[in-house]
Amino acid sequence: MESLFFFFLAAFAVTTAVLMVLQRSPLVSAVYLIANFFALAALYLLLRAQLLAVLQIVVYTGAIMVLVVFVIMLLNLGDESRSRVRIALRTWITVVFAAGFLAEVVYALLAGGTSVRAPSVSVAESLGTVESMGGALFGTYLLPFEVTSLLLIVAILGAVVLAKKKG
Amino acid sequence: MDVPLPYYLCLSAVLFVVGAAGVLMRRNAIVVFMCIELMLNSVNLTLIAFSSFLGSITGQALVFFAMAVAAAEAAVGLAIVIAIYRNKQTVNIEEINILKW
Repeated sequence: MESLFFFFLAAFAVTTAVLMVLQRSPLVSAVYLIANFFALAALYLLLRAQLLAVLQIVVYTGAIMVLVVFVIMLLNLGDESRSRVRIALRTWITVVFAAGFLAEVVYALLAGGTSVRAPSVSVAESLGTVESMGGALFGTYLLPFEVTSLLLIVAILGAVVLAKKKG
Repeated sequence: MDVPLPYYLCLSAVLFVVGAAGVLMRRNAIVVFMCIELMLNSVNLTLIAFSSFLGSITGQALVFFAMAVAAAEAAVGLAIVIAIYRNKQTVNIEEINILKW
């Protein structure tokens, strides 16, 4: 049952990712990417990472992608023009190299395999809860957590300065 | 959890390669940016898969920080795109080549 869910979600994620890259309109690309993020959130749930599944939807779909869609609509971007010959050649080179890299990685993973066995569900289930994540973030990772807030402030100031009109 | 770890790793490799191909193929700066987000997410999937299968919280904490960095990157990156569009009236990366060579 769980592997059925996995294969469905994996197929959905790969399909939406490929469609996102192939779309000519940036807005449609953004919608496909949002669908992809939902599939990834469901995969995180399959891996028992509950908090991160929620954060994936709230942060990525709710904040980042809304910002992206907002900018696309603000700039009123049209579709990409049809590619010229030189760019078509580059596209083919890209596809060949990507396929080669992918074949290499998949072969290495499936032939070599890993010695990691699946843990018992109870171990994995207690791992991704808000409680254990909070314990880790405010215990072991307290300093990185505080530095993150500094990073976000810098990013906010940087975004305002960059996007502000001159004068 | 009856889906073995290599399956998750393969899925994440596929998503990463699709994102990388998108970065190389597309010419719209915002779409390139979205492809980078896709690559970031595929790495997040790898980290969470390893975290769950090894029974360690470290991977999930890393994903949390990766999400915070991605949010900061989105804000600054899109501000740069807006600033470039204001100056050059385009987001086509073929025409934004002032720093090239």
